[in-house]
Amino acid sequence: MASAPLAAASEDVALSVRDLTVSLPAGMERVHAVESVSFDLKRSQILCIIGESGSGKSVTANAIMGLLPKSIRVSSGAICLEGMDLVGLSSDRLRDLRGRVVSMIFQDPLSALNPLMTVGAQIEEVMASHDVGTPHSRRSRAIDLLIEVGLPDPQLMYHQYPFRLSGGQRQRVMIAMALALEPAILIADEPTTALDVTTQAQILQLIRDIQRRKGMSVMFITHDFGVVAEIADSVVVMEKGRCVEQGSAEQVLKSPSHLYTRRLIAAVPRLTGKDRIALEAAATASVLKVECLVKTYRSGSALFGTQRIVPAVNGVSFDLTPGRTLGVVGESGSGKSSLGRLLIKLLESDSGSILFEGRDVAGLSEAEFRSLRPKIQMIFQDPFASLNPRSTVGHILTAGPVAHGMPYSEACERARELLSHVGLDSGAFDRYPHEFSGGQRQRIGIARALMFKPKLLIADEAVSALDVSIQAQILELLDRIQRETGVSMIFITHDLRVASQICDEIAVMHRGQIVERGPPSQIFLDPKSTYTRELVAAIPGEQPRSLPQHVANP
Amino acid sequence: MTAITTANLTPTRWWRSRAVNRFTRHHLALAGIAMITLLVLACVVAPYALPYDSLNIDLRARFAPPLSGHHYLGTDPLGRDLAARLLMAGRVSLLVGFSAMLLSTLIGTLVGVTAGYRGGWIGAALMRMVDGFLSYPSIFLVLALAATLRPSPVMITVIIAVTSWMETARIVEAEVRSLREREFVQAARMVGLRGRNIMFSEILPNAMGPIIVAASLAVARAILLEAYISFLGYGIQPPLPSWGNMLNGAQQYLASAPWLAIIPGAAITIAVTSFNFIGDGLRDALDVRDDHI
Repeated sequence: MASAPLAAASEDVALSVRDLTVSLPAGMERVHAVESVSFDLKRSQILCIIGESGSGKSVTANAIMGLLPKSIRVSSGAICLEGMDLVGLSSDRLRDLRGRVVSMIFQDPLSALNPLMTVGAQIEEVMASHDVGTPHSRRSRAIDLLIEVGLPDPQLMYHQYPFRLSGGQRQRVMIAMALALEPAILIADEPTTALDVTTQAQILQLIRDIQRRKGMSVMFITHDFGVVAEIADSVVVMEKGRCVEQGSAEQVLKSPSHLYTRRLIAAVPRLTGKDRIALEAAATASVLKVECLVKTYRSGSALFGTQRIVPAVNGVSFDLTPGRTLGVVGESGSGKSSLGRLLIKLLESDSGSILFEGRDVAGLSEAEFRSLRPKIQMIFQDPFASLNPRSTVGHILTAGPVAHGMPYSEACERARELLSHVGLDSGAFDRYPHEFSGGQRQRIGIARALMFKPKLLIADEAVSALDVSIQAQILELLDRIQRETGVSMIFITHDLRVASQICDEIAVMHRGQIVERGPPSQIFLDPKSTYTRELVAAIPGEQPRSLPQHVANP
Repeated sequence: MTAITTANLTPTRWWRSRAVNRFTRHHLALAGIAMITLLVLACVVAPYALPYDSLNIDLRARFAPPLSGHHYLGTDPLGRDLAARLLMAGRVSLLVGFSAMLLSTLIGTLVGVTAGYRGGWIGAALMRMVDGFLSYPSIFLVLALAATLRPSPVMITVIIAVTSWMETARIVEAEVRSLREREFVQAARMVGLRGRNIMFSEILPNAMGPIIVAASLAVARAILLEAYISFLGYGIQPPLPSWGNMLNGAQQYLASAPWLAIIPGAAITIAVTSFNFIGDGLRDALDVRDDHI
């Protein structure tokens, strides 16, 4: 437990945090961002700090780095590093320690890198700002680092700007910057959250390798127990600013003692090799039949020879029967989101057909398609961006039906009914989106899609932005809705574990094409294509098993 | 415009929101609000409170300096009370400023929202038209128009609005173009809202912040423009006073009766700087992107 006093910095402790309390400015939902948290980061070990969003894990990391915003400050406690207390150290001393003794890598490598500086210049800047080396030695060191983090063609990479690199490559550059001065401690704040599964697996491998080779201590912040299982030596579990459990990875994962830890572990989506119990299909005619759908993005100008052609969706065909869920999985850039937007005609397709209830909608104009819109609805990925911040929930829900001729009073009644159906109280009707949490907003998004009693629901990464425990609740809600209304669903996700729980059938997309299609049992236990096998192998945490597991089905 | 400012906040407790909080910490902006309120009140009430009418000629008291006798701010070459004329002129100048701002914001917003949302050749055509208008030096355009049309307060207002809506249009177009890609707009398309609805009831409220800022700065510019035109003699025509034409009348007496120029000049300065301060305060208060999160 957090309060257990541990012996003061012994030989094998690289960093020790004692009773750290960080207070928030008045008027926030809690008084403390972090409340009397204590833990030790042992030498040459990886410590994972895990918790849901708002649990104070990033604040803890920023407190150690001395990077807290001005309005938030450490009110008590100590952070001991090499016999020094970092709390209350002058900003000059802290700046000297940052990068040299403690380094940090961030979640979003694109916003953490300077877009106007080449990769090489950014790595050199770290060394130059600590007066290390000569311009010449810095240059060769930068290239060594680029080799060390496994970037291809380091000589060329040295001159590249961040926007030319992929997400995984950018994260490697961040790691190279963090390693430039051979720090003893590396703090990684959700470094793989923004990455695809296969890239995530590579980055985790890299961090593990470097840590072993250099004997570094790593503090790894994550919300994913799968990641913890992959790399952690010891674990600290945080809830609402408090440390609720800590111990070795083995102990916490296998026999969690605190209720919250157990709940978190239970909520982690497991890969089930089991097929979902299908609804009795009343009709066998397909709701949706897609044939050879093609969408190509063109940018630049053909006239000046600068045209770039990216095939986003390249000859995709599938069909979907009523009451069933098709999962579309793939990495970012595989064309799965473009496919979703084509089906709902937020994007125009180039060729191919979309037969919805036997009628080809691909070629319809916006005006002709408008009367069909109520039958095909979408749940968006980002619950923060997909609700108009200046509209009340009531307006968000009723605007569509009213525009389609439903009397306002009837729309209101239905909206209130649906709000309680998705688990919100009907008082939500008059409130604004910013008053709700991410999970609650996603429920509003689902209610909006259900206002019309749709035949087809497209969920585009509908749970990706949510914490695992909330994810499980939303999946359960979607499952319940499908059982009650018999709506067909297309569930687009990059997370195979999630897909395995809610889908009757899964289509794996790679570079705009469906490379494999089949029931979850086939995709996860007996994948036919090499790409699917790579994807399944990259899933953090345990490997798929055919044992009955926590399933959303009753 | 205040009704719209409150629209971005929760209906209850909007005065406790962060935007209002940030605005009230901006002391110059508060001073600006106070000055403008005073000025407007004075202009509305003055003609009933002052002992002299703005057109009342008192030949015995010509060129009376300020604070002498019954004329608080002195008199002009015809012996008319300067205080009464100043506040009467304030009515005209402020009214022209406000109406020109409303009209130019309306035109700019319509053009900007349409160009930003529709994009394509409609957007390109509208924005090239904006570029066209911007490529004329607006003061010459204003003078040319004022010289050919019959100058009246309404006509001056229209002329100022027609030559100053482009900035708003540009700001709104850029804002709408980025909002158009946001998921909530796609969601509005998904539920089948019509374009008009999406533009004005979904997107526009989210672009209100920059529009309000531009509008507050537009008042200041409109007041200045009106003063230019009237000073050069093409604007508001005597005997109807405006701050600009009072300056015009004061030119030839600069050495003998400097207060004739200083007093309306100070009024213009106060009004314009106040509006600029308010604009700065609003910009700081409303431009923070994460306010609603």
